[in-house]
Amino acid sequence: MTLLEVKNLKKYFPITKGFFRKVVGLVKAVDGVSFEIEEGETLALVGESGCGKTTTAKCILRAIDPTEGDIILRVDGKEVNLAKLQGEELKPYRRYIQMVFQNPYTSLNPRMKVKDIVGEPLLVNGIAKGKELEDMVAELLQAVGLRPEYMVRYPHAFSGGQRQRIVIARALALRPKLVVCDEPVAALDVSIRAQILNLLMDLQEQFKLTYLFISHDLSVVEHISDRVAVMYLGRIVELARTEELFENPKHPYTETLLVAVPKPDPDFREELRAIEGEVPNPANPPSGCHFHLRCPYAKKICEEVYPEYRNVGTGEEPHYVACHFAEQLTLRGIKIS
Amino acid sequence: MWRKKKTLVEKGEEIYLASEWKLVWWRFKKNKLAVIGLVILSVLYVLGIFCEFFSPYDPNKINSRYVYAPPQRIRFFHEGKFIGPFVYGYKVERDPVTLRRIYVEDKTKVHRIKFFVRGDKYKFWGIWDADIHFFGVEDGTVFLFGTDRMGRDVFSRILYGARISTTIGLVGVFLSLLLGIVIGGISGYYGGRVDNFIQRAIEFIRSIPTIPLWMALAAALPRYWSQVKVYFAITVILSLVGWTGLARVVRSKFLALKEEDFVVAARLAGASEWRIIFKHMLPSMTSHLIATVTLAVPGMILGETGLSFLGLGLRSPAISWGVLLQEAQNIRTVALFPWLLLPGLFVIVTVLCFNFVGDGLRDAADPYKV
Repeated sequence: MTLLEVKNLKKYFPITKGFFRKVVGLVKAVDGVSFEIEEGETLALVGESGCGKTTTAKCILRAIDPTEGDIILRVDGKEVNLAKLQGEELKPYRRYIQMVFQNPYTSLNPRMKVKDIVGEPLLVNGIAKGKELEDMVAELLQAVGLRPEYMVRYPHAFSGGQRQRIVIARALALRPKLVVCDEPVAALDVSIRAQILNLLMDLQEQFKLTYLFISHDLSVVEHISDRVAVMYLGRIVELARTEELFENPKHPYTETLLVAVPKPDPDFREELRAIEGEVPNPANPPSGCHFHLRCPYAKKICEEVYPEYRNVGTGEEPHYVACHFAEQLTLRGIKIS
Repeated sequence: MWRKKKTLVEKGEEIYLASEWKLVWWRFKKNKLAVIGLVILSVLYVLGIFCEFFSPYDPNKINSRYVYAPPQRIRFFHEGKFIGPFVYGYKVERDPVTLRRIYVEDKTKVHRIKFFVRGDKYKFWGIWDADIHFFGVEDGTVFLFGTDRMGRDVFSRILYGARISTTIGLVGVFLSLLLGIVIGGISGYYGGRVDNFIQRAIEFIRSIPTIPLWMALAAALPRYWSQVKVYFAITVILSLVGWTGLARVVRSKFLALKEEDFVVAARLAGASEWRIIFKHMLPSMTSHLIATVTLAVPGMILGETGLSFLGLGLRSPAISWGVLLQEAQNIRTVALFPWLLLPGLFVIVTVLCFNFVGDGLRDAADPYKV
């Protein structure tokens, strides 16, 4: 069953100038993104920094207002379009979608005790208070592998990994359906990453969670996700099952990302092919296919027409890609274990 | 003082359970200059608050026999023998050339300084009648800082002045803070056009030269107003100019905090705007605000002193350090009776201490900075 459906989502930020804040341009941070998330699955959103991953997530969470498009959430047999709701109307639906932040050092209020941080969602939604609240917080802390006695401490008593566990406990407090994980392990030590990823996967099973997992690190994505969407300059360029995308990429951008994944093999030698150039300015995207300036396979048509985002999958699972030559090109993927 | 040495584990536990204010205090304590400043300020405030008790004389008591008497030195040894604190009495002589009065110590008159003595009657805080003074002499006089042109005790007058001069800064800053938090908060929280308008207004107010503005406003105060009314009017005048700086600090903090992850998290959890502002944003800036406010107090104190010195602020019979300094407005007084400049020394010490404390607080304000 589809839990969340994002249709043609757009978020433009105006560039203003001068005393009267005249709008002189638009940064198209998210420019027509569509995808669905099935209940219980993990969808990864990958791409370089500045490609609109986090903005997409913030729109879904309704931390910011999308410019255009629909965000349809299906819960308890009801269907709501979050993009069309404002302010107070959103409140009853906030509890279904929660977030795990990238930086565990800024996402916990240093002036509050752990029990107040984890208990806040329960308190403000009138779910529990007093002793009952404390019991629920203790339960949540246990679920994320922290000792309940720690709840009287302040965040500065904890390491990065422990803090991220607290962040996860807070996100789970309201028993959400969807958890948006915005690079949840990027700020952590490599040695801690696996722990947190395994915790996320255990919790997914235990609490029947659905994840939207944002990352720029493909090795992390491979570990946790069922499907992967690759974003480039505000648009999704490829979306497929994880193995399919890794082993059989159809978009040249995906190929370059995959080639850049470091391999944990000291004898492995391969000529490194960096992506040429930089991510173009989203306020002034290139004509045609946004990737044509950096694409080794680009032809004349790529400069003129934006390729259609279509299904090129041969099996049962769809494989969406936006490239004129998806069918012709044979691209290098990587084997995943 | 004997205290059990804490084990490392206990120490760790103490740090883990320490609230923000404890962390700030631990950091603040490390700055010796700031701690000294805090101690001196506390003493000054206590003296100011209980000035009736600590001053040996009624500040308005005229003493025609001792006009412009120089400070009397506190001594402990009389004819080589320790007899506790005392002062020698004064003999008045005339300079044969200038006919000026000269005060000469009379070694035969020993006035012992006693504590908790009965002296001039006063109304404590204007409510209770009392006549106990912290120290004083039973016969003769004790003028620690000398006397002024009417023979009034400068030490007592400085203590009474401390009450007004030190509190005017606090009250003024408190008013600015209210204005600053409300206006700066609106500016930072709502942003956009409102922010633009408020910021331009602040720039306009800041561009007005302060001294002429203060003078114009002070000159508009009716002459017949009571001391209390004038006191409050002056604080309002001072804070009308002072709030702009605070508003900017509050605005920038709001702008920064609005995007902070833990604020976003609270919003996603469904917390109300009210809760986000009062539970997350304001507590995050309180320590910074206190530091800023501490650094703003000296400006207020100097403002009051300046206005009163020019005769535009408080006027006698009100007593403030500025009013007292009016006595030392000409070269003759400064040259002949330098002790009349002592209120100025108190202003300097107070302002410096506030700056030291403010600096210490500013450095300690964010204990979570890594």
